[in-house]
Amino acid sequence: MKLGFSAADEEFRAECADWLNAEMAGEFKDIKGITKLTASPERRKEWEQRLGEAKWGCIGWPEQWGGRNATLAQQVIFAEEYARAGVPGRVNHIGIELAGPTILAFGSEEQKRRFLPDIAAGKTIFCQGFSEPGAGSDLASVRTKGRLENGEWVVNGQKIWTSLAHISDWIFVVTRTEEGSKGPKGLTFLMMEIDQPGIEIRGIKQINGDAEFNETFFTDARCPEDSMIGAVGYGWKIAMGLLAFERGVSTLGQQMAFRNELDELIAAARANGAANNPLIRQRIAKAEIGLRLMRYGALRMLSNTDHSKIDGAALTYKIQWASWRRSLGELAMDVLGQAGEVAEGSEYEWDTLPNLFLYSRADTIYGGTNQIQRNLIAERGLGMPREPRGDV
Amino acid sequence: MEFVFTEEQQMIGETARAFFAENATSERTRKAMAAGGPDAGIDRALWTAFCQELGLSGIGIPESAGGAGLGLVELAIIAEAAGAQVAALPMLGSLALSAQAIAAGGSAEQQAAHLPALLSGEVIAGYVHDAAITADGTSLTGAAGFVAHGGSAQLFVVTSNTGAWLVAADAPGVTVTPLTTMDQTRPYARVTLDGAKGEPLADPAAAIAAAHRAGFVAVAAEALGGAQAALDRTVAYAKERVQFGRPIGSFQAYKHRLADLMIEIEQARSAVYWAACAVDEGSDEAELAVHAAKSFAADTFFLCAGNMIQLHGGIGFTWEHDAHLYFKRARAIQSMLGSGEWHRERIATMILGEVA
Repeated sequence: MKLGFSAADEEFRAECADWLNAEMAGEFKDIKGITKLTASPERRKEWEQRLGEAKWGCIGWPEQWGGRNATLAQQVIFAEEYARAGVPGRVNHIGIELAGPTILAFGSEEQKRRFLPDIAAGKTIFCQGFSEPGAGSDLASVRTKGRLENGEWVVNGQKIWTSLAHISDWIFVVTRTEEGSKGPKGLTFLMMEIDQPGIEIRGIKQINGDAEFNETFFTDARCPEDSMIGAVGYGWKIAMGLLAFERGVSTLGQQMAFRNELDELIAAARANGAANNPLIRQRIAKAEIGLRLMRYGALRMLSNTDHSKIDGAALTYKIQWASWRRSLGELAMDVLGQAGEVAEGSEYEWDTLPNLFLYSRADTIYGGTNQIQRNLIAERGLGMPREPRGDV
Repeated sequence: MEFVFTEEQQMIGETARAFFAENATSERTRKAMAAGGPDAGIDRALWTAFCQELGLSGIGIPESAGGAGLGLVELAIIAEAAGAQVAALPMLGSLALSAQAIAAGGSAEQQAAHLPALLSGEVIAGYVHDAAITADGTSLTGAAGFVAHGGSAQLFVVTSNTGAWLVAADAPGVTVTPLTTMDQTRPYARVTLDGAKGEPLADPAAAIAAAHRAGFVAVAAEALGGAQAALDRTVAYAKERVQFGRPIGSFQAYKHRLADLMIEIEQARSAVYWAACAVDEGSDEAELAVHAAKSFAADTFFLCAGNMIQLHGGIGFTWEHDAHLYFKRARAIQSMLGSGEWHRERIATMILGEVA
């Protein structure tokens, strides 16, 4: 058991930090410090391409596909330095964290050649078409239909909560391709180009006034037959494989963004005197402890190579960070008081901390609600009986 | 960076878990709980076997001081295994606190004079800490109310915030009053020093720092083991107990509570081994980490033990069931060696500064 990094790793850290800081002081200084996922999309697409050119886009990937074959420690370091340098979140995080690894694991050689270099180069932005109005927590009940017609897939239906669909180039879609099938059977996983007449995207305004999520409508939308990943009827297996990638190294970068939020809260508490309130001090200390434990939980999860047993750190990670962040949002408002409920200008737009308070209500819902997480933990982690299923 | 156990650490864990599971049985623990006098709350045969046959008592003590080497990670592994069985042993006072203090702050002569007997279990030491203890030359005056296994100790390591001394339990001026204690597996005694002769440890600052770091980590690890055991036992019960024609573990209200316990335990596990590792590696996070581990793991244990009673229903409230052993141990750990509030205020001071 060892926490420290080697001298070579520390050298790599310096290299990452130097490059990122130089970029954020130079050509890309206009996007430094942006925390909202929807801000400056065009500039951030350019940033994705800059990362790709310098081979910093997907460092954990094989060199063959535009990566650096980076070790786990290097990936951890890059994620940490990325956030420390105030670089905004990756607009292509779905592409690099979900679509790419899925294609790498389940795609054909042809598909790897077609997609991976462009994702690594920051040229293909992906979004995720899983949830539907009638298929939220119960993802297997998707109804969007796909049928093969003259060597093409023709898709009809609706997806919802497609984060950043309005700035994406491609969407991966779980479709029901077997007429009359129910649940996880009869589903197929397709990659579709968004810029086509059969796909329409409408933004959904959220409680913070922003619109990161969308409704995506498919009306005779098309893609070539070989845009399917895996085989017909294997969509559920691919989708589940994909969700397992969600707990990768990127979580450490996300934590550094949380670090920045907690630091902003601490600065606010010192500025307005809340830092002298013993109850607030206790809660800030708890938040600090929670964030540190998140880091070491993630390092345990990433260091673990024994996949024969249930990894408790991995299984509990989502609900842990989501609940932590929601509490941080509440603490932020207690620190700010009524000043937190008033925006700067005439627009309904919020600074980091009030926005955190509002946005974090989504954290405990998307990617598996806290309720679903508790079911999964009890069933998979503790062996409790499964929830009874209704008639699907 | 590799935050997983090495093979050697896994082996120590397996050995320790097997030893305590086989020997620190409920029956033997309850016998120790009922005992009076110097054997109150101590399974003597178990202590001797642990120290002499298993050979794990010297872990965390440098080989140069007669120990087995290794560090707090390994010490935590053992404390976790002992905590899982709520073993009735003087491990905390004698090894994690006193032996660590002597190893870190004692002269070579003091180490040679005391450590072999502590590590072999022939002598039990109690750790007496109070900021108000004063020294007039080598004559100590003061008192500490809650000395773990103090009624069994032949030797005391006495510390204030600046001084550290060795005091023989039978020295003139030392009064030891065993107390009826809620957690009978670790009874307290009140130790009063009225002009008692103390032999100063060579480096008191090092002794105090080492005892506190190891003490915080050891009780945190013990709490982690207890919390996991409380959950495991409740999970087993949830599978076998049937009501309304279903195992009670199939009810969502029940299984969500179990899930909440697992979420806390996984964080407590990160906390304990982060803290142990940070101390062993001399990381600049070490101080924050030990405060985090002690406060977080203690609260986790109490949450799990409280739920163990609730989720067992009536049987969990009986003397016969072991739930109360965990519950009382958890409560004791919350208060000993600084409350959760105290540890969190230490952290708040590190990140916010003192209250203006």
